[in-house]
Amino acid sequence: MSRAAWVAAIAALAAQIAGAEEAPADPVLAHPSKFIARNGGDLYRAICQGCHMADAKGARGAAAYPALASNPNLQSPLYPAVIVVNGLKAMPAFGDVLDDEQIAAVVNYVRGNFGNRYTDTVSAAEVNAVRPATDGEQSR
Amino acid sequence: MTIRRRDLLALAGLLGAGSVLGPTGAVRAGMTTPPYRGPMKLDGAPKKTSVLVLGAGLAGLTAAYELRNAGYQVQLLEYNNRIGGRSWTLRGGDVYTELGGEKQICEFAPGVYMNPGPWRISHTHKAILDYCKRFGVALEPFVQLNYAGYVHSRNVLGGKPQRYAHVAADFQGYLAEMMTAALSKGGLDQPLAPEHLALLKPMLASWGGLDGSGRYVTGASSSRLRGPESISFEDASITYSQLLKFADVLQLGEDAAMWRGANHPGLASFQTTLFQPVGGMDMIPKAFASRLPGVIRTNARVLSMTQDESRVTVTYEDVSRPGSSLQASANWCICTIPLSILGQLELRIGAPMKAAIDAISYSSETKIGLQFRRRFWEEDEGIFGGFSITDLPIRQIFYPSGGLNTPGPGLLYGAVLHRGPPTYEFTGMTPAERVRRAVEYGAQIHPQYHKEFQNGMAVAWHRNPYTMGCNAQWTPDLIRKHHANARAIDGRFVLAGEGVSGHGWQDGAIMSALEVVERLHRRIVAAVR
Ligand SMILES: Cc1cc2nc3c(=O)[nH]c(=O)nc-3n(C[C@H](O)[C@H](O)[C@H](O)COP(=O)(O)OP(=O)(O)OC[C@H]3O[C@@H](n4cnc5c(N)ncnc54)[C@H](O)[C@@H]3O)c2cc1C
Repeated sequence: MSRAAWVAAIAALAAQIAGAEEAPADPVLAHPSKFIARNGGDLYRAICQGCHMADAKGARGAAAYPALASNPNLQSPLYPAVIVVNGLKAMPAFGDVLDDEQIAAVVNYVRGNFGNRYTDTVSAAEVNAVRPATDGEQSR
Repeated sequence: MTIRRRDLLALAGLLGAGSVLGPTGAVRAGMTTPPYRGPMKLDGAPKKTSVLVLGAGLAGLTAAYELRNAGYQVQLLEYNNRIGGRSWTLRGGDVYTELGGEKQICEFAPGVYMNPGPWRISHTHKAILDYCKRFGVALEPFVQLNYAGYVHSRNVLGGKPQRYAHVAADFQGYLAEMMTAALSKGGLDQPLAPEHLALLKPMLASWGGLDGSGRYVTGASSSRLRGPESISFEDASITYSQLLKFADVLQLGEDAAMWRGANHPGLASFQTTLFQPVGGMDMIPKAFASRLPGVIRTNARVLSMTQDESRVTVTYEDVSRPGSSLQASANWCICTIPLSILGQLELRIGAPMKAAIDAISYSSETKIGLQFRRRFWEEDEGIFGGFSITDLPIRQIFYPSGGLNTPGPGLLYGAVLHRGPPTYEFTGMTPAERVRRAVEYGAQIHPQYHKEFQNGMAVAWHRNPYTMGCNAQWTPDLIRKHHANARAIDGRFVLAGEGVSGHGWQDGAIMSALEVVERLHRRIVAAVR
């Protein structure tokens, strides 16, 4: 094997080992200070279901957490994207702790599950466009 | 020295919500709270003037207590079947049903308790300390910093927990050594007068445990801080302790967030002395409630509020009779219901107050209490109170300050999480799963967990039906835009409590209530004259 081939093979092996170490079996609770999940379902489990519940039916106490299941407000994919980025009323904003792709993934997941049957999706670029502008620039 | 507005705003940015001070530490700079001036004395309340107070947390209880003392007719409505709000203690036999319907039955042994919400009171919290003194609520120290606690990272020293005493001493020692070396090379761009340099060098040496030549090395000086490895009486010899490597100290500090968040023991909010009520935080609201006979109606869920020129009328449900609709009415209303909930109630208020209520989000917090057969952290490891900190998703273990050095069973807090991803991730789990995971992670620090664990309770504040979150997230920007509108008396209705207070602690809730009661009283008295 040529020297270059050796180097490439070793690099590939190293990447594989590093990858195996880095990808935890479950991305939820896998990092002390970051949401590392990339997949919409995992992100829903990590964040949304705390309030909107595992079945997305919401809950009612002194006030209510709205159901995301069969929710007509999800018609436009931009509406939930704006809310995830900025928060709404008592709901915290997640724009600073999730990147555009994560937000697109979780919005698309919610719109395609829990009795929601929307087939159109939102892209990371579209999520980026709804982020509040800072100093005349799009953030991040 | 003059302080410019710009400086104040910069400070507000440092101190404000969204900062790293933990759930309650953040002083909401820009919000002005007058200092506590001692027991309230209000004269001249007109006869037959009534005030309706909503919410029986410490703010509502304080308002009701002071208004009644002043001679007003007071009624207090509370949704929960107990008083106290967030000032809450769980004991054996308690039942807690969270949003989503998961029910936890507390199996703690007699004498064992958990404060799922507030657990410490700062020595700077003058109002709450004064009420405790006047009401005879016994306090004891709340241990914040414990040098025997652990600093732990899965990635450092094979994941072996290190004593705080060693990590802190080594951090200090290496820094002092670097400073000393820089000083002798003249490597400081801020020149020091020779007489001050003469003071600094020996100070660094004793602060950092340096030897006679300004080095931080294994020996008598460093062991004065971190303790020796062993002492032999047989041959009268001392084995000095080995230092951690500076690289490991730095990585531990980073991974366990040693100087970040609420872990920094020097933060103004967490400096000694801190207190807790003996036997549980709910001793304080109970002391208020016992002084308010016939005033409080529990199981009363407020749904809406209307008002006109002379009265405020509130519609509420008696939750023991679902679907019922009752009314309460008074001349004035002080509302301490958390903003997280208020935003969804039907209120006849102006747009500015409504906008203020709607602008505030509520943070996430999760606490998990674990009961063990014995206090192994005291018996085996000499940890009496305070914290261990870790990069595991539980982030902190807290050892109770009450019942120190007593036989088991005992309770420690197996996870203490504010903001940050893990609190959300734990919130999404069932309580049983939260407890199971807390035990699994904690056992990596205390292997005794496996043998000694008995039962646990897990409270995730976003699933709390009565607060729906931990506390109000004001930022300097939101304060500028909305705080005055949140505090203004809107017709006959005014907000008080943590949601609008100058800081997020219980003392802030009480101070807010005192300020509102006084302001309302002045308004009422002025109108009569
Ligand atoms: C996890 C956590 C840790 C904390 N740690 C500390 C600490 O260590 N030290 C400290 O001093 N502070 C701490 N705090 C903050 C402290 O708990 C609050 O500042 C304080 O208890 C707020 O008092 P309050 O009366 O304003 O609100 P609450 O105590 O929330 O009272 C509001 C009341 O309104 C009731 N209510 C809600 N909706 C309705 C309705 N529709 N109708 C009628 N009633 C209703 C609720 O049931 C509740 O009883 C902590 C808070 C949390 C959540």
